[in-house]
Formats: sequence, C-alpha cells, structure tokens
Amino acid sequence: MEQALATIISAAHIGAAIALFNGAFTTFGQAKIVAQAIESMARQPEASDDIRSTMFIGIALAETSGIYGLLIAIIMLFANPLVNIFINFVS
Amino acid sequence: MLNVENYWVLKIAGYDVWITETIFNTWIVMAVLIILAIIARMKLKSFKVIPSGFQNVIESLVEIFDDFVTNTMGEKLSYVAPWFFMVFILVFSSGLFSTFGFRAPTADFITTFALAMVTFLMMVVLGFRHRKGKYLKSLFQPNFVFFPINVLGEIAKPVSLSFRLFGNMLSGTIILTLWYTLTPTLLQIGIPAALHGFFDVIMGFLQTYIFVIISLMYIKGAADE
Repeated sequence: MEQALATIISAAHIGAAIALFNGAFTTFGQAKIVAQAIESMARQPEASDDIRSTMFIGIALAETSGIYGLLIAIIMLFANPLVNIFINFVS
Repeated sequence: MLNVENYWVLKIAGYDVWITETIFNTWIVMAVLIILAIIARMKLKSFKVIPSGFQNVIESLVEIFDDFVTNTMGEKLSYVAPWFFMVFILVFSSGLFSTFGFRAPTADFITTFALAMVTFLMMVVLGFRHRKGKYLKSLFQPNFVFFPINVLGEIAKPVSLSFRLFGNMLSGTIILTLWYTLTPTLLQIGIPAALHGFFDVIMGFLQTYIFVIISLMYIKGAADE
C-alpha cells in the first residue's frame, strides 16, 4: 500500500511540474506582445498611451493560461484529490 | 500561510458560519476604508471652489477614475464608475494590507469569485437593460447551433477573471511564505520588503487595473451596440 501511495504522490508531482512547464510558452507569448508594442511605439510615439494600455490588457489575457497551470500545480501539490480517493478506496 | 485559517465557527439558524482569516482581514480593510470615507464626507462641507490640500487629493482621485471609465465605456454607460472605483480601492488596498505580513483577502478564491460574479451579473443585467432582445439574440450568433458554445464563453468570463486575480495574489503569498520559512533569520531583514514591494504593490496595482479594465470591457461588449 505504501508503494501505491508513493506512486500516486510522485505522479502528482510530475504532473505539477508538467503543468508549470506552460509558463515557458506563456512568457514567450507575453514577450512577443511587448516586443510588438515597443516596435509600434517607436514607429508612432504619439500613440504610445493607447498602445501601452492595450499592451497591458493583452499581457493579462495571455497570462491566463499560465495562471491556470499554476493553480493546477498548486492543487496537485497541496490539495491533491487523488490521495483521498485512494485512501477511501483502500479502507 | 498556505491554508486559510478558520478563527471562529458561529451557529446561525442551524448552519455553521465560518469566520475565516479572509473574512476577518476583509473586515479590517473595510473598516479602514469606511473611516477614510467618513473623514472625506465630513470634510466635504468645508470644500471650496478653489481646491487645496486634502480636497485636491480626493477630487483628482475621483476625476481621474471618472475620466478613465468614460473613455473606456462612453458617456451612456459611465454610471458604473462608482462601483468600479470601490472595487479598485478595495482590491488595491487588500494588496497593500498584505505588506504588513497578513494574508491578503484577494489571495482567497472566495473574494475574487464574488467580485467576478458581480461583474457577470452586471454584464447580463445591463445587456438586457440596454439592448433588450438583441442581447439574447447575440447568443445565437452566427447560428442557433452555436448557442451552447456562446453560453460557455459567457460563463468562462467570470471564471477566468477571478482565477487571474486569485492566481497572481496567491503566487505572491506562496513565494513570500517560502522565503519566510526557508531562509535563515539574517536574510529576513530588508529583503522581504523588496519582495513585498514587487508582489503586493506593483503586481497588486497591475492586477487591480487589469481586473477593472477587463470587467469594463466585458460589460461594454454586452451592453453597448
């Protein structure tokens, strides 16, 4: 039984690591948004206020998937439902 | 600090009402804000045509926010400004409250979900109020087959809105908890101030701004033609 529990917990940790891996893609997307915004600001400095506020909204929307990954990782590590299911199943 | 602590359990009409850390901290933030509001209201009598000192601060705060909402939403919908001014002040000051070492009220999903649900209700109610049948019709665009997908899209809006704020504030809380518990005492002088400054003040302000402006854009998308 200990071995099965250890397998479940290690699988949850690996799952959390995979869920956090999407931070790399999220950051890549955000970097692309900021790069484009800087480029258009350099082209049109008079429109930089509009571009800046739109850039922040775009960054926030792109950040959503990263946040979802973070929350899944937190649930996997600290509030794992699989362990409770396993304990109920055994007892 | 990872778990939300439970302080008291009240029994009201046979139900257990849990007074958690979040609720207690929200009361403290609310008390400070209400006292500030009462002071501003009492000073309102002595306000003059030419502002100075305290009056300048209050007037510029309200005016900047009113202009911001009017620019985003247009004249017709700018009457939602007071509510979102309240949301802005509450969320930002709960981030500031966390710099004192307490848990921020927004680092609990309950608070952010409540705020996002209000945005969702405003979206639906104002959509029906300003566009009447057209709002219902917009759920069937471009075809009636797309109705379930459109409804799912509407429901996903408050979920993503609340998870974004919650995830950002919770990640700051977790990183600071790790720092407080894992490092030796010598490293806990001064360095947490910088971390608090970044995660609570800068990220708190940015996320507050984003929460408010995305709520405004959702409401505008539902209520404006």
